[in-house]
Amino acid sequence: MSKMISYEKKNTPIHKLSGFTKLVFFLLWCFCSALTFDTRILLVMVVLGAIIYIVSGIKWKQVSGVFLAVMFFMVINLTCIFFFAPYQGCQIYGTRNEICHLFGGYTLTREQLFYEFNVFIKYFTVIPSVFIFLVTTDPSELAASMNGVRIPYTVSYAVEIALRYIPDIQDEFHRIRNAQEARGIEMSSKGKLMDRIKNTSAIIFPLLFSTMERIDVVSNAMELRGFGKHGRRTWYRKKDLTAGDIAVLAFIIIFFVASMIITFHDGNRFYNPFI
Amino acid sequence: MGSNEPIIEFSDVTFKYRAQQEPTLKNINLKIYPGEKILIAGQSGSGKSTLAHCLNALIPCSFTGDMSGTLRVCGEEPSKLGVFGMSRKVGTVLQDTNGQFIALTVAEDIAFALENDMVPKDEMYHKVEDVAKKLELVDFLENAPGELSGGQKQRVSLGGVMACDVKVLLFDEPLANLDPATGKRTIALIDEIMKNEDMTVVIIEHRLEDVLYRDVDRVILMESGRIIADMHPDELLCSDLLTRNGIREPLYITALKHAGADITPDSHPQHIETMDIESYKDTVIRWFKDTREKETALSTETLLSVKNLKFSYDEKRTIIDDVSFDIKKGEMVALVGKNGAGKSTLASLICGFYKPTSGTIMLDGKDIGPLSIKERGDKIGFVMQSPNQMISKPMIYDEVALGLQVRGVPEEEIKQRVYEILKICGLYPFRNWPVSALSFGQKKRVSIASILVLNPELIILDEPTAGQDYQHYTEIMEFLLEIRKKLPITILMITHDMHLMLEYTDRTLVLTDGKLLMDAGPWDVLTRDEVCEKAYLKRTSLYDLAVKCGIENPDKFVARFIEDERSTRKGGVL
Repeated sequence: MSKMISYEKKNTPIHKLSGFTKLVFFLLWCFCSALTFDTRILLVMVVLGAIIYIVSGIKWKQVSGVFLAVMFFMVINLTCIFFFAPYQGCQIYGTRNEICHLFGGYTLTREQLFYEFNVFIKYFTVIPSVFIFLVTTDPSELAASMNGVRIPYTVSYAVEIALRYIPDIQDEFHRIRNAQEARGIEMSSKGKLMDRIKNTSAIIFPLLFSTMERIDVVSNAMELRGFGKHGRRTWYRKKDLTAGDIAVLAFIIIFFVASMIITFHDGNRFYNPFI
Repeated sequence: MGSNEPIIEFSDVTFKYRAQQEPTLKNINLKIYPGEKILIAGQSGSGKSTLAHCLNALIPCSFTGDMSGTLRVCGEEPSKLGVFGMSRKVGTVLQDTNGQFIALTVAEDIAFALENDMVPKDEMYHKVEDVAKKLELVDFLENAPGELSGGQKQRVSLGGVMACDVKVLLFDEPLANLDPATGKRTIALIDEIMKNEDMTVVIIEHRLEDVLYRDVDRVILMESGRIIADMHPDELLCSDLLTRNGIREPLYITALKHAGADITPDSHPQHIETMDIESYKDTVIRWFKDTREKETALSTETLLSVKNLKFSYDEKRTIIDDVSFDIKKGEMVALVGKNGAGKSTLASLICGFYKPTSGTIMLDGKDIGPLSIKERGDKIGFVMQSPNQMISKPMIYDEVALGLQVRGVPEEEIKQRVYEILKICGLYPFRNWPVSALSFGQKKRVSIASILVLNPELIILDEPTAGQDYQHYTEIMEFLLEIRKKLPITILMITHDMHLMLEYTDRTLVLTDGKLLMDAGPWDVLTRDEVCEKAYLKRTSLYDLAVKCGIENPDKFVARFIEDERSTRKGGVL
């Protein structure tokens, strides 16, 4: 079984970057994607994201499950936008170029299509960055970097532990699901959707309880070895910033500022090809 | 070194948990001197863990309560230094090596305490390297916990506390999750470390025979919060204090007593290898000659038949390699082998969690290959190691009824079948209780009952007794024996416990590196050196006893003793 979206050691330029750099990159990238509706910037981000994704050597298997789930929600999202606000695009771009009448009060417009296209590519700017961040960042190194930027080490370490236990919890989840399925609680695609939703409680509760049990053990173990003793701690995995890191940081900051200027210089988040 | 000054001194210590009426520790007086190795034994609830928690200051700092009397460790009072202060003096190695493994890699985990102590990075690297060398972990420094064996994880836990130059090592049931051979090696390692590093060692463990593999200076026996014995193991083994207080004696001792020998301390019974057996020889040989082997009638009908089973996740590594065996109706079979030998995978293949690469699995003569997990679940029940991994309903009745409800069985029939199973499992009086009110052993019963209610023909138990003390172990195993008498059920157990295998099972399947190494009676397995070595099992001390007594067929001796024990076993404790 392949472990989904968890850190895997490799030797690519992306892996070599400090966790801090990747964290800053990831955050600014997401802000940028959330704030802008400028199609040109979004397209640049899609291309850049794809290049970084390829360079980082992520295997499709590691991310395919999550990717498909996101695609599923994206389709729901796009459909809902159309049904609840079929003329959102016209409002935004201030024109109305009809393509054809569909049914009832719904007419397909170019503006709406363009607007939804923007939403669509937004997904494709954020998804690769999440994958790249999670799969290429050593959690302990990330924690060390976070602590390096004055985030309290208890918080940093909490993040590390959360990432550290993703694979463990996944394993536990599979084990519990198998055992419950053997009891006759159908969780595979053969069952009816409603039954499957109802039956997830048969996994969630045992998973919750066995996780609670583990939290108890782990927190005792941490305390027994002096976690929280001092206001500071040192990090075995701390990586100092290299020239590469500085370059990447400089790039993302410039990119972010430039995108914001291009996006907002006309007082509007949207790029309008209709005027 | 002032070896006359105790390093640990309890004077009249009494401790009561806040939530409890009665004190858990009562007037404890105990002195431990530098360089000593002390074993603390006792049933669960005897206060042995509480005693240990006083040493690392988890009591009274994390578990609050009323404490009286004085305790000094390395001349300081733990309650004043706190958990953090004590972590520099007393290194605690927990039972659950997975829980103790906090960081992502071996190196970071060893460094964890140093990081918390703000040790600079360069110094930390040196220290980690140093400790890794001592524990032979240098090649694994970059490995994640999932890539380590149980023994290696244990060594990492030890490394994690050794890195802070502690004076006292405290082990909380270090053997609970290890296969027998690894357990033995751990005990040898502890012995070596304490000699080289000049440390004092306190071990809490109920697997007495395994700890006594190396010399122990004193055994402290606890019962209901009091120390009832504080003596050299040689003396303790000659008394009946252990069996009277629910602790299992080493098997060779039981056998000697069973044969009618009167053991005395001057024969040094601590290790079978060095024990002076001369004066007991005749008694043992006489007993052997007087005892007849019993013919056990076994069913000849095959229930499960596995043929040429193969499984691999990918092309590279074969997890199960051409395994074939039969299980007869009504048998109780043990599946043993070191961690990672493929035991769980084999069980998963039988349950249908994984699909085999090739080979067949037949149940009642029918190929179950095409059946889904759920369909197999009607005939094969699977019980996970911890009941908390299975129980999903707050009420006992609902939990046991769940499997029937999802199968659409009528409400009336569900009620009748659930009550019947609850009666068999001794849970009927609790039928309207919430699960949370039950003890661990009772929860285990609930998880087994919820499988039994489906009337499976075969039930697979994953380590049913792991981490349980002798009393709970006996409770669970006797419960399984009871069920076997009352229901026509066949049981397959994955286990690390050699005693369990010897005492309770009819047959043993030994798995090593995905191959079936041996399929024979438990006494045959545990008397074969080459098998034990390959499968990380431990040859039973009964065999050594027989050899030392000059008995020609040591395996016969083992078989007779076990059979005799089984037939005289009454309601639990041997």
